[in-house]
Amino acid sequence: MRRLRLALPKGRLLRPTRVLLEKAGLGLDGYTEGSRQYRLESQRIPGLCAKVFQERDIPVQVAIGNYDMGICGRQWVEELLVRYPLSGLVLVRDLGYARGRVVAAVAGSSGFKSVRDLAHDNGTLRIVSEYPNLAESLALGLRIRRFKVFPVWGAAEAYPPENSEVAVLWRDSERNTFFPGIVPLKVVLEGGACLVANRESWERLDMGEVLGLLCQAIGPGGEEVVSTMPEPPVQTSCTVAPSKSGDECVWLALPDGHQQAHVVRFLSRTGVAVEGYSGRESGRCPSISLPGVRVKVVRPQDMPQQVASGNFDLAVTGQDWLTDHLCRFPSSPVEEVLDLGFGRVRLVAAVNGDMGVESVSQLKQWGRNRSALRIASEYVNLADRFGREHHLAPYRVVPTWGATEAFLPEDADLLIENTETGRTLAEHNLKVIDTLAVSTACLIGNRHALASPARRKKLLAVADAFRKGLG
Amino acid sequence: MRDMLPADMALFRHVEGVFRDCCLKWGYREVKTPTVEYMHLFTSTGTLTPGMLGKVYSFLDWDGWSGERVVLRPDCTIPVARLYIESSQGRSSPAKLFYVTNVFAFEETGRESRERWQCGAEFLGGRAPGTDAELVALALEVARLLGLYGAEVRLSHVGVLRALLRQLALTEEEESEVLDRVLDGNVEALSRLSSQKSELGGALSLLLGQSGGSRGSLKNLRSLCGAGMKELARELDDFVALVDVLEAVGCPYRVDMGSARGFEYYTGATFQFMCRGRRIGAGGRYDALVPMMGGGDVSACGFALYLDCLMPLLQAGVGQVPSWKGIYITLAGDPASLKAAFGVARVLREAGFVADVDLSGGGKTGWDWRLDVQPSSFTLKNSKGESFSVASVAELLRLLEAR
Repeated sequence: MRRLRLALPKGRLLRPTRVLLEKAGLGLDGYTEGSRQYRLESQRIPGLCAKVFQERDIPVQVAIGNYDMGICGRQWVEELLVRYPLSGLVLVRDLGYARGRVVAAVAGSSGFKSVRDLAHDNGTLRIVSEYPNLAESLALGLRIRRFKVFPVWGAAEAYPPENSEVAVLWRDSERNTFFPGIVPLKVVLEGGACLVANRESWERLDMGEVLGLLCQAIGPGGEEVVSTMPEPPVQTSCTVAPSKSGDECVWLALPDGHQQAHVVRFLSRTGVAVEGYSGRESGRCPSISLPGVRVKVVRPQDMPQQVASGNFDLAVTGQDWLTDHLCRFPSSPVEEVLDLGFGRVRLVAAVNGDMGVESVSQLKQWGRNRSALRIASEYVNLADRFGREHHLAPYRVVPTWGATEAFLPEDADLLIENTETGRTLAEHNLKVIDTLAVSTACLIGNRHALASPARRKKLLAVADAFRKGLG
Repeated sequence: MRDMLPADMALFRHVEGVFRDCCLKWGYREVKTPTVEYMHLFTSTGTLTPGMLGKVYSFLDWDGWSGERVVLRPDCTIPVARLYIESSQGRSSPAKLFYVTNVFAFEETGRESRERWQCGAEFLGGRAPGTDAELVALALEVARLLGLYGAEVRLSHVGVLRALLRQLALTEEEESEVLDRVLDGNVEALSRLSSQKSELGGALSLLLGQSGGSRGSLKNLRSLCGAGMKELARELDDFVALVDVLEAVGCPYRVDMGSARGFEYYTGATFQFMCRGRRIGAGGRYDALVPMMGGGDVSACGFALYLDCLMPLLQAGVGQVPSWKGIYITLAGDPASLKAAFGVARVLREAGFVADVDLSGGGKTGWDWRLDVQPSSFTLKNSKGESFSVASVAELLRLLEAR
């Protein structure tokens, strides 16, 4: 009998989903916070297995048929369907928890009072969003004359008004307030965690037992039966006062996430004080002790494009993300200003340890009789270049949003990933067959801004201040 | 995705050739715009429906870091309007332009082609109704020359429809929704609303109904327009004027208000060209497009015939497709025969014949004429089995031309 494959979410949905699955009694033990176990077998329903993914990867994995069912946020389902309405994804039902809205928002100080103001604006509207397909669909639907959508990995709320006019972002219903400083103009969609299925599986497989148990656990109306995980502390508001000479200031982007602690330590060595960038006071718009410099905290993955497009002048990111950006856009006006030395990782190509492949040439041999080699990576452009330069054709890049190691061996053949110690790779029985590069944190800058007589001195002053932190 | 095989290409070039010759004779000049255009060209006018823009192939260019997207051309009228504005450098003189080009639309089902071919003509700077009538006549002339004798034009008028909508005092949102439905080919909603809300009631239902309208019904409707219906009266006058000209020049037409489907940039009369129940082309007046693109007060009108619809009709035996008579030359294997075959082939080609020398020895079938070449003599055969011995190339030419 064909196994029934379920894709389960990591992150914010993990806890309430675990509670639901326990109540349903699916017997998927090991699906717990902090567990590093990605593959689960049901102890109750024969043939039911599950794999744990980043929530955002689940609609694609279900749509292409790698999984029969999945649980993820409604917004990621719509993000796929708005662009590919005929994809093989069926929205089965709302699960009643982790509800929220995707909204189009602007800065309260922007002067945009309604969506009609957006449609009638004569300039080019910059729209940042984790949901670029929903954002583009919204812009087209509103008939915005000229717009640019900047896809971001997160922190869209940090951008308006200085670094974008509009942010299309998610807000949990449980939050009583919206992001401080910005106001919602339009609700793009509402929803919560939902159950999705692959269209073909839905038509051909008997999912009755699992569906029955899940529905029983949810209750008839999809009402909330489980509580969501406690929220992390709300990021404090952007308190940067509008500068009288706003055009003259230097915009610096600092990273959030796991790089943040490294950057805080580094900055303490430089003597540059950044208030509101660490601890409970951490916010999206800290203030820095360098005169004429304004700071925002965004995702390091987004910085090269943001600096290239002139939304920021300088940013602290990793060489991995800079290289990935330059692979895609070789003429991009972004360059490394200073190697900051910390956050050292290796970018490696890895395969499953049981594959019997020791090198790239052996991988080519291995792939010779297969339809297409699947390369999973967060670094889609680096992965593409790796496949191209090693003549792995035919190959296909599977973009991922983290936890990429879970993709091998069932859903990908090769992984392009960063590793600090190699421990995670070893834990997942992955074997490194090539090292693409070594990456450390760096200060990047916009080449045009650096060449501008008016701005060069100010930008280099920031670089000089940072240089003091180098060991 | 679809390949065009030799037989398809022969048909394609035939339609393209007829269209090009016709346009050139009517004083239109050919242009070509790039396959890849900036996306904002198509969003900035606000004239393509969100549904259509959602089906555009868009991607990042080399400078995609700037957030700018480019698209595979989803439509050709807007690029031609851009070309006109950029090349006229503010002079805004009338221009009659035509193109044969491909347009692209997202196609997920795998049943339709993502790439479609259009033969289009645009008259920029021309005023209604004469320009509209010329373009309708030009499209029907192309259809006639292709042998599509049953081709006809169905007329609608977006100006009349918009004026009707405004008469109904709908909210902006309702008005936009109903117009979108009308542009998608569904006039029922408008018909229902009109009979309920408009004082023109029944007369409107007749116009919007299946039976369509005639010159007489348009004129009668016009005479019903009271003082509060100036806009509707003006648009009806415009429509009647076009119908008058078409009748005067003998163009067959039918008024079908539901035929106004397509792009939102139309402002006046719209044309839908039909043959044997199939839509083979469409067009209309778009006076607001060039002004919206910053090109000044230039009215315009155009149409496109759809090669992907015309070709199956011609393949199915509707219309006329010229057969191209060729001469298939076979030869003995010796070098002298080869030299003689090349020599006679050159003379035949110079005389305007297609000469296909058999170098593979494969023995082609389906030829009209076959010429067996010996070093010092020729034998000409036709597909009926007749055979002629020919002593010289000059004699061969005389024989072929006589037949």
